[in-house]
Amino acid sequence: MSGLAMPKPDAETLRRRSEIVADMRIIVPGEGVVDAANEMRAFESDGLTAYRQLPLVVVLPETVAQVSRVLKYCVDRNIRVVPRGSGTSLSGGALPLEDAVLLVMSRFNRILEIDFPDRIVVAQPGVTNLGITSAVEQEGFYYAPDPSSQIACSIGGNVAENSGGVHCLKYGLTANNVLGIEMVLMNGEVVRLGGGHLDAEGYDLLGVMTGSEGLLGVVTEVTVRILKKPETARALLIGFPTSEQGGQCVADIIGAGIIPGGMEMMDRPAIHAAEDFVHAGYPLDVEALLIVELDGPGVEVDHLITAVEAIAIANGSTTCRISQSEQERLSFWAGRKAAFPAVGRVSPDYYCMDGTIPRKELPRVLAGMRELSEKYGLGVANVFHAGDGNLHPLILYDANVPGELDKAESFGADILRLCVKVGGVLTGEHGVGVEKRDLMPEMFNQVDLDQQMRVKCAFDPNHLLNPGKVFPQLRRCAELGRMHVHRGQVAFPDIPRF
Amino acid sequence: MTTFTPLTPAEVLSTVAWAAAEETSLEILGHGSKRGIGRPLQTEHTLDLSKLSGVTLYEPAELVLSAKAGTPLADIERLLADNGQQFAFEPMDYGPLLGGEPGKGTIGGVLGANLSGPRRLKAGAARDHILGINVVSGRGEAFKSGGRVVKNVTGYDLSKLMANSWGTLAVFTDLTFKVLPAAETEVTLAVRGLLDDAACAAMALALGSSAEVSSAAHLPERIAARVAGGALGTEAATLLRVEGFGPSVDYRIAALKTLLGKAGPLDEITSETSKAIWRDIRDIRPFADGSGKPVWRVSMTPAQGHQMVLTLRMQAAVSAFYDWQGGLVWLRMEEGDPEAALLRGLLRKHGGGHATLVRAAPAHRAALPVFEPQAPALAALSQRLKQEFDPKNILNPGRMA
Repeated sequence: MSGLAMPKPDAETLRRRSEIVADMRIIVPGEGVVDAANEMRAFESDGLTAYRQLPLVVVLPETVAQVSRVLKYCVDRNIRVVPRGSGTSLSGGALPLEDAVLLVMSRFNRILEIDFPDRIVVAQPGVTNLGITSAVEQEGFYYAPDPSSQIACSIGGNVAENSGGVHCLKYGLTANNVLGIEMVLMNGEVVRLGGGHLDAEGYDLLGVMTGSEGLLGVVTEVTVRILKKPETARALLIGFPTSEQGGQCVADIIGAGIIPGGMEMMDRPAIHAAEDFVHAGYPLDVEALLIVELDGPGVEVDHLITAVEAIAIANGSTTCRISQSEQERLSFWAGRKAAFPAVGRVSPDYYCMDGTIPRKELPRVLAGMRELSEKYGLGVANVFHAGDGNLHPLILYDANVPGELDKAESFGADILRLCVKVGGVLTGEHGVGVEKRDLMPEMFNQVDLDQQMRVKCAFDPNHLLNPGKVFPQLRRCAELGRMHVHRGQVAFPDIPRF
Repeated sequence: MTTFTPLTPAEVLSTVAWAAAEETSLEILGHGSKRGIGRPLQTEHTLDLSKLSGVTLYEPAELVLSAKAGTPLADIERLLADNGQQFAFEPMDYGPLLGGEPGKGTIGGVLGANLSGPRRLKAGAARDHILGINVVSGRGEAFKSGGRVVKNVTGYDLSKLMANSWGTLAVFTDLTFKVLPAAETEVTLAVRGLLDDAACAAMALALGSSAEVSSAAHLPERIAARVAGGALGTEAATLLRVEGFGPSVDYRIAALKTLLGKAGPLDEITSETSKAIWRDIRDIRPFADGSGKPVWRVSMTPAQGHQMVLTLRMQAAVSAFYDWQGGLVWLRMEEGDPEAALLRGLLRKHGGGHATLVRAAPAHRAALPVFEPQAPALAALSQRLKQEFDPKNILNPGRMA
């Protein structure tokens, strides 16, 4: 574990551990409390495996009342709580703390309601993303956001992280597909936001909760909108001699008024790694490979395929294949979907980044990454949600070589600084967590961060829920509460008139 | 009573900082097109943002536009249309309903009221398209949230917090929105002569098909005559809008005709009339009658809407029409009494949601909660947020109370 400062464990909580475990067993009877170190090992990290920590105790509640009682118990005794869904976070959002109860929501695993006429599914938060689609696909419906971990990640975790996926260019992120939640605040109060209806009656707290990384409340129920599956989908596989041409092709497709279902780009190292691994038939003599998927009625897809092909040729594509069958479409995707494990074969370890940039800055950012790659002496392969500017550079390193993890992390931080510099952001879909926490000041000044902390203070004034994540430094709410402007301090001899 | 008319974000900041220091209240105003919504304000001063105007960034290929808060929405929509683009969420215009001039309203008001339109069903509301903001809180602190890219989960989404905050948390200075290509063409299929329940069933059937219906509304008998200059005649019309590329629209309309062939007589309405119909539904033209009769905007689970109205009719004289597959109910109270307790009680019995009294006499707006009251724990949470961002209660005080 590299030098990440986490909140200092509370000695009193650690001292009272056995008492707390016993009390948890009263609130959640049966198998719902895990306190043996060897059994807690399974929960010591999430998808960001460089960081590991055993929690104080693992609690797996089954009912909303239990969640509420656990949180009330903890708030009364100043005990920290870390919520966890399936533990697939790539940013350390569910990293345990030594002195915190790890509240695991995996036993909330039932679909509660399916309403086809209103196209709504109500699910418990531990249901997997794919589990929602599985529950409705016999009627031809699906849930649109499709993070790559969808087979395992939970819908509650999707809400916490505002998860995206390949298809969010056309169909939106989690925030655009969730209609309502029930959640428990740190003080034990149960609150419902939204539901089967659209929009909020007051402040859009559902919008704030989505992507709040488990710092504001524990989600106990989720209502999502489902969609009818498109009639067909076809894809184009387009190679370009330069990334500039690939980038311009993406801009021209959007300029033509076409929003594809998915639009992905890979650079040369990623293409080669993927081709070596799955033999998808990718061209190896190109610098950029674009997969453009169009979905909808057959007549629309055919119409748009022709349009996209013409745009690709106009941008100097050297290869352009159009899927003629479902099997061929899937083969185009096979390499992209296997890109991470493929890179894992050519390098002992890799570190996945997640910046977003304005699309037009792609050539500049790729060039900057090549320079950084030389500076740090580490390779980098790029897969890129080209339609929405979300980059996933994979930094190649070997954790067994002393110092390489630190070097990879510094390289990654420099890439994210570059993303912010060109008008982009630190994270497009993986979340800040612990991973990008200390980079937040690259994007926000202290006043900006203070406002986000004010939201935190309204939900959890004692910073007990998932502390150490998102914010580089938590300021006490009482301190934030002071007005920065006091009567008489600002000189306004006259009322300003503009 | 002074009206401040800042020309720059820095002037907004100094005004709000001054008001915070003096603990004096401000009405936050753009064009005033929605001034009649919410509890009437009694502020000491007015902060008029209409001169804080201008598009500051527009990159069509990046699908992004930024503008100062007081920029007229109409100007932005014209600019987008010139480039074949639009706000997909189709922000509505309250002007006609509230007796104001049509075509007014600023981009700040679009977010402050979380506007949307008939395409809300498929494309979302302002909250779904806002990418970033610069604002000044009631503490007199200027800050930003979000950015200019679509995929962004860096920190809390304070832009969404500002949606539907009606100027009570912060004063907006700059806003950045996602924009999208406008559809090449549109056609509306009308099923004629249906009663409310059959209409809602037909809309659910259409939305559950793969025809990608972007809007679904039901105008009961007589109300149908009050849109698009009477183009629909008086017979009830259940309207399904299909947008996109020409060949695709033709195909999907044909599919809908097959699907709904037995539901009732069908009319196909081509692009220009279709656009006029949806604009009038969006702007509640059927109730833009110059009267002061109370009008409610009720958002609920689609299948519940007409059932709630049916029960309501037994106890009050109302006119109603439906958007969003039946989930958005516009209600005009024909006897002049808003019947707030009755309506909200029925709403709770029909799956919940929220009812906003968007048109009413000032006396009614002062006496009744215009916005749906929240459950105690949620109301307390909202109040804590208000306290964090505007502790002296100087921004539009009481408007959402």
